[in-house]
Amino acid sequence: MEKYNIVIIGGGPAGLAAASAAYDEGERSILILERDKELGGILNQCIHNGFGLHTFKEELTGPEYAKRFIDQVVEKKIEYRLNTMVMDISPERVVTAMNRTDGLFSVEAGAVILAMGCRERSRGALNIPGYRPAGIYSAGTAQRLVNMEGYMPGREVVILGSGDIGLIMARRMTLEGAKVKVVAELMPYSGGLKRNIVQCLDDYGIPLKLSHTVVDIEGRERVTGVTIAEVDSHNKPIPGTEEYYSCDTLLLSVGLLPENELSKTAGVELSRVTSGPTVNEQLETSVPGIFACGNVLHVHDLVDYVSEEAAMAGRNAAKFVRGEVPEDRSKELPIHVEGGPRYTVPCTIDPAKLPEQLTVRFRVGSVMKDRYVCLYLDGERVLRRRRQIMAPGEMEELVFKKSMFEAHPDVRDITIRVEEA
Amino acid sequence: MYDVVIIGAGVTGCAVARYLARYEVNACVLERGSDVCTGTSKANSAIVHAGYDAENGSLMAKYNVEGSLMMEPLSKELDFAYDRCGSLVVCLSEEDLPKLWDLYRNGVANGVEDLRVIGRTELKDLEPNVSDNAVAALWAPTGAIVCPFGLTIALAENAYTNGVEFRLNTEVLEVRRTENGYVIETNQGTVEAKAVVNAAGVYADVIHNMVSEEKMTIVPRKGEYMLLDHAAEGYVRHTVFQLPGKFGKGVLVSPTVHGNVIVGPTALDIEDKEGVNTTAAGLQDVTEKSGLAMKDIPLRQVITSFAGLRAHEARHEFILGECADAPGFFDCAGIESPGLSSAPAIGLHMSDLIAEKLGLSRNEDFKGERKGILDAKTLSPEERNELIKREPAYGQIICRCESVSEGEILDAIRRPLGARDLDAVKRRVRAGMGRCQAGFCSPRVIEILARELNVPESEITKTGGGSKYIVGTAKDRI
Amino acid sequence: MEVRNLICINCPMGCPLTVTLDGDEVVSVTGNTCPRGAEYGRKEVTNPTRIVTSSVVLRNAQNGAKTVSVKTASDIPKGKIFDVVKALKDVAVDAPVHIGDVIVENAAGTGVPVIATREVL
Repeated sequence: MEKYNIVIIGGGPAGLAAASAAYDEGERSILILERDKELGGILNQCIHNGFGLHTFKEELTGPEYAKRFIDQVVEKKIEYRLNTMVMDISPERVVTAMNRTDGLFSVEAGAVILAMGCRERSRGALNIPGYRPAGIYSAGTAQRLVNMEGYMPGREVVILGSGDIGLIMARRMTLEGAKVKVVAELMPYSGGLKRNIVQCLDDYGIPLKLSHTVVDIEGRERVTGVTIAEVDSHNKPIPGTEEYYSCDTLLLSVGLLPENELSKTAGVELSRVTSGPTVNEQLETSVPGIFACGNVLHVHDLVDYVSEEAAMAGRNAAKFVRGEVPEDRSKELPIHVEGGPRYTVPCTIDPAKLPEQLTVRFRVGSVMKDRYVCLYLDGERVLRRRRQIMAPGEMEELVFKKSMFEAHPDVRDITIRVEEA
Repeated sequence: MYDVVIIGAGVTGCAVARYLARYEVNACVLERGSDVCTGTSKANSAIVHAGYDAENGSLMAKYNVEGSLMMEPLSKELDFAYDRCGSLVVCLSEEDLPKLWDLYRNGVANGVEDLRVIGRTELKDLEPNVSDNAVAALWAPTGAIVCPFGLTIALAENAYTNGVEFRLNTEVLEVRRTENGYVIETNQGTVEAKAVVNAAGVYADVIHNMVSEEKMTIVPRKGEYMLLDHAAEGYVRHTVFQLPGKFGKGVLVSPTVHGNVIVGPTALDIEDKEGVNTTAAGLQDVTEKSGLAMKDIPLRQVITSFAGLRAHEARHEFILGECADAPGFFDCAGIESPGLSSAPAIGLHMSDLIAEKLGLSRNEDFKGERKGILDAKTLSPEERNELIKREPAYGQIICRCESVSEGEILDAIRRPLGARDLDAVKRRVRAGMGRCQAGFCSPRVIEILARELNVPESEITKTGGGSKYIVGTAKDRI
Repeated sequence: MEVRNLICINCPMGCPLTVTLDGDEVVSVTGNTCPRGAEYGRKEVTNPTRIVTSSVVLRNAQNGAKTVSVKTASDIPKGKIFDVVKALKDVAVDAPVHIGDVIVENAAGTGVPVIATREVL
């Protein structure tokens, strides 16, 4: 059986950054397994700009951002295999994969980094009633068709969901000659960036209907129209508010789900909130030596944070392989949340293993204005940061310092609490 | 002039075609859709009923029990997915127990083997997630599940390789009786036949009424379903029905042969024979009723919902046989549940009846065996590697959710009566059937279809006709 | 006096800005909670600009890629967006293409070139 110290599942932004950082940490035996025909992952089809402001202090398009990390991997001569589908990961870190040339093969890994990304929720998961004709696409599928294949998936478009991909696709479809009639959003707020609402919808006069959803899809062969309706506070359609839009296309941008089917084969414990692995301060999952980063861990808003998180996973995996991380995990404490955050990543920490600084990320469940985000150790507030606004569409962070924990050597309760300012 | 023209390539039409191929016959199947199995046969519970339900003495009872017995050997002969998982009819209240015993007695009278009424303890052992209200159940170990696409396509392919012609995208517009038989006008020209088999599903009345004065009415009875992801596999082990009673009429909850869980159907008579849309009310109904016989159904795992139309005739009975006032015109009408279960028996007996009528002789060259599409997942790692060495396309996964390789998709396209559109590929190899519902793989499958069929990608459809997936090229209208 | 209402894009607050103009002169920006809002309001009414991204047809790529992604090398006036996209209609280039390769010089008379954002060999 082949052996590598680190096997990385996925050659998108997370996998690339993890590989590069593991290399910089001194690791040389690294293998990236990528299912697509090229490295870069979903960034290759995200041809709009706005990536990399944090990392590179300039606005890049998706492919440009990806190229910077691909170049690092190529320069460092890190091995990768394309068109390679990982079929199974065992708890003992044997990775079984398949491609045309190697057939079905297994690799023994010192550490595994999960970087498979996420997938889009489908119509089925929402139980949208109606017919099942051609012309219903997830926004990402349409993005691939338009941006990479050069095809028009439709001419007259209704979009459900105002997450960033939905907004970006409203603009892309418009620029390529389609008519986007409306963007409907179930929630009373958009999950997308303000900038995208203005520059993708307002610039082109595309209406955004908040608290609206699609209640019927018409068309036997191809979509001929959809009906949208306003919803009440329980997200139930309000009778009498139905509006019919004739269209040939319905794009769905209704949420992303971390793609953890492989993680399950390895016995990795998943969070019910994020659908991603529960990880400790090393970004190590419940299975020793298996790390996770990027959108497979939790869905990110900005790729810059994916790169940052993945680099940390890469470094920690390298340290794990060298045996520098004490194996005992019995001292891990959960990070509790109160007053707004839905989860944290990492979700547990062992204070003794903290680096000088640890960025803890989370999302809130609703729009909140003028708050303090506080860290409490055994009931004592050790950190307080003001936020003018927090929204579910944006990731929040709080930086834990090792020194805070050194002042509380026997800490038993760690809580992030959001408080009114 | 054909000996026999079969109208409709659903499971019934394909079964008649397949068993008819055992005779020396010049036969043709006419199908309106772009593939076989595009109507009622593709959207149902995927159940092989044991046969206790149909009224004793009815055709439904006779054909169901016989079809159910034929199904397992047939699944080996024709290589389609079948699993005798057994079925349970759960009784939710003591006061409904007499009805459960009635059902038991009806089943015994119908000739269903191994039926038993079991108590709560045994039921709980068999089906741990059964409702806490369950007091007893009828246990039918002969109940089974089947892949309805697999069954129908297998029958069609086997008929085809034994010489039965199939004309797809061919809609029957008119059937006229002549001196020698029948003239059938279609949107693709005229065909003639000595005998006609009406297996037109919800349109069986329309076809029948073209030649007979004894008018028939088939009412489309809509059934809505939800399908759960593989992640829910193991939640239910048997097909669980709820005995209609104090808590109303429930829906079934069952594993599928591919490891999903299916929940449904509703039952609503509608007018539109094309009304295969799901409705908010219908899906709500499924959601509520699914919780009657089973508890904690993981409905969070729903990956798709769909609706099918049963071809319901007012008497709720199969109409099988030669039409009294139209000699040589054979009805297979009113084929609603247990139609899928009965299909092999219907095929067998109808073909014998037609053969007798036309005086057909046995086809000595008939080959009843058919090899299905290889599912590479069932191979050992060594076998799989051998295969990939020979056919590298088996090393390239196209559908991530269902782990379907390019090799399997090529097989689906290249084999007899091969797939010509996305849904046809999906029905054969499950590419696009998984949790992402074809989001990732559809562009790839389009690419493969276009290459194999030597047409532009823009010509590839979801399910034939005007169901185009791509409508133009970027900037073509600016 | 002309009054224009905008939504600030700098952060999730999305402050509703009211910009008052006297001819081409911005008289006042109100509704903002921070200085970045005022700056955005001023720019957006006097000289709104955007980066335009799209893709063009690509021929002879080794990996079979059918398009290559492009962008305007810098901001162009908002009013010129569609003209720039039109200038890309019927443009086809041959592989190899590198990031920064000029695809169209001076797109739609903006003086700004459209450049490739992707490497395809």
